[in-house]
Amino acid sequence: MSNNQLNPNLWVDKYSDYLFNFTIVRVNDSEITKDLISETFLAGLKSKDNFKGEASERTWLISILKRKIIDHYRKINSNKGKAEVRITYSDEESEGDWLEERVSDPYDKNAEDLILNSELGTAIYNCLDNLNEKHALIFKMKTIDNFDTEAICKEFDISPSNLWVIIHRARKAMADCLNENWF
Amino acid sequence: MKCEDAGQVCDKSQYKEASFWEKLKLNVHLLYCNTCREYTKKNVKLSIVFKKSNLKIMSLHDKKELKKQIHQEIAK
Repeated sequence: MSNNQLNPNLWVDKYSDYLFNFTIVRVNDSEITKDLISETFLAGLKSKDNFKGEASERTWLISILKRKIIDHYRKINSNKGKAEVRITYSDEESEGDWLEERVSDPYDKNAEDLILNSELGTAIYNCLDNLNEKHALIFKMKTIDNFDTEAICKEFDISPSNLWVIIHRARKAMADCLNENWF
Repeated sequence: MKCEDAGQVCDKSQYKEASFWEKLKLNVHLLYCNTCREYTKKNVKLSIVFKKSNLKIMSLHDKKELKKQIHQEIAK
């Protein structure tokens, strides 16, 4: 079955937020994130003939993006030789205890949060896919970026009551969709 | 207050855009309306889930730039 087709004109509207979120939790810098996504789209365009339609468009783009992110990690890592790792004891008494001291450092917890968040993030994006594109965009701007009602109305040329109707429908749909696993 | 209005005030208050009086009227409505109480419960949970998710999205400006790039590339 190869029903999936590429439609690059819609990539930004359909996937940029998903890719943005996917990348920023991994590279933690919005400029780098933007660059990586732009590279991903351009690489996708170049290799669009290789797309066989077996995966969804989004999965295919993510697989390209993952390679871009790995390349980025490699690039930063090649500078690492210059850095020195220093471990200093905070005071003389704790000398020799540094391993134990560092056992409970916060990294594990961060890793857990990262996994949890990326799963929750995926769940949210899957639910957002069920909304009409424009409504999803408005809902995201309002809910994730906390845009002013006025600013959104102006951008989309709608009235505040239109906006609240859209938000209401979106919130209802999102709550029902997320209900099973996340509430 | 009608249920329709109650729902909207509940939505607005998720974004801190409901006035004091609206919220007061909503709370009175919730005392006797089961349906709206359910909706409020779900709606608050949705807000919590979004806060917890810490999602980020790309700015409109960046999206426009990116679209331009893609269009140029396609036109080549």
